[in-house]
Amino acid sequence: MPVILAAETAQNVSFWIIAIVMAAAAIGVVTMKNIVHAALALVVVLAGVAAQYILLQAEFLGIVQVLIYIGAVIVLFLFGIMLTRAPMRRSTEYDNDQRSLAGAVALLIFGVLAYLLVDEFSSDKLVLTQPTATSAIADSIFRSYVVAFEAVSMLLLAALIGAIVLARRD
Amino acid sequence: MPVTQYMLLSAFLFCTGVYGVLARRNGVLVLMSIELMLNAVNINLVAFSAQLNDAAGQVFALFVIAIAAAEVGVGLAIVLLIYRNRVGVNLDEIDLMKG
Repeated sequence: MPVILAAETAQNVSFWIIAIVMAAAAIGVVTMKNIVHAALALVVVLAGVAAQYILLQAEFLGIVQVLIYIGAVIVLFLFGIMLTRAPMRRSTEYDNDQRSLAGAVALLIFGVLAYLLVDEFSSDKLVLTQPTATSAIADSIFRSYVVAFEAVSMLLLAALIGAIVLARRD
Repeated sequence: MPVTQYMLLSAFLFCTGVYGVLARRNGVLVLMSIELMLNAVNINLVAFSAQLNDAAGQVFALFVIAIAAAEVGVGLAIVLLIYRNRVGVNLDEIDLMKG
């Protein structure tokens, strides 16, 4: 079946291209000396995550990711940067003095996670057949997880009121 | 396509987020690193949803996205409040509750 093989190769190649860009941008988010550049690198990571969702045939989540993260969360971050009057140029005061320790901890966690995941799941294959229909997600939310959905809506309301109460000047 | 490569990408993003939370001292940058970790979890959820052919993983990812949005809102409000009451947003200078 050469058509399916070609499609899989294309998916693999796209995965690795997007993954390498995402990894570089993620390192940029945590190491850049300019806070606005770090926020823009975060945009690249989030867009890469949306692309990975589309590669995994989760189209609805890809759209939601672009709308909520790139549309709303990044704008919130940029407002946060402006309102706290962070210096918009290169600055060395964004990092504390435990960088090497933090790097060691992160490497240790990555090593353990990578070993466990490869050990456990290396034989599992991902066979992508049909894109997930948005109606299937809606059915799942409003049949199986309707209580959790209502709880999330209450949590969003509480977070909204909490943010307004915290941030307003009185 | 092996499902492991998605998990390795997700683990890498998570560890980058851990590094950012530990090594950054600006409150806004720490919140950005937390976003990295939450997105790493979402990649895993969606990859398993595709592997098991079950929409539940995507529903969980949607819930994580909603809660991450609420978390950023409240977190940035707290950072703003700290900025207004103290001088800066450097987390290692916030020691009001230290005995």
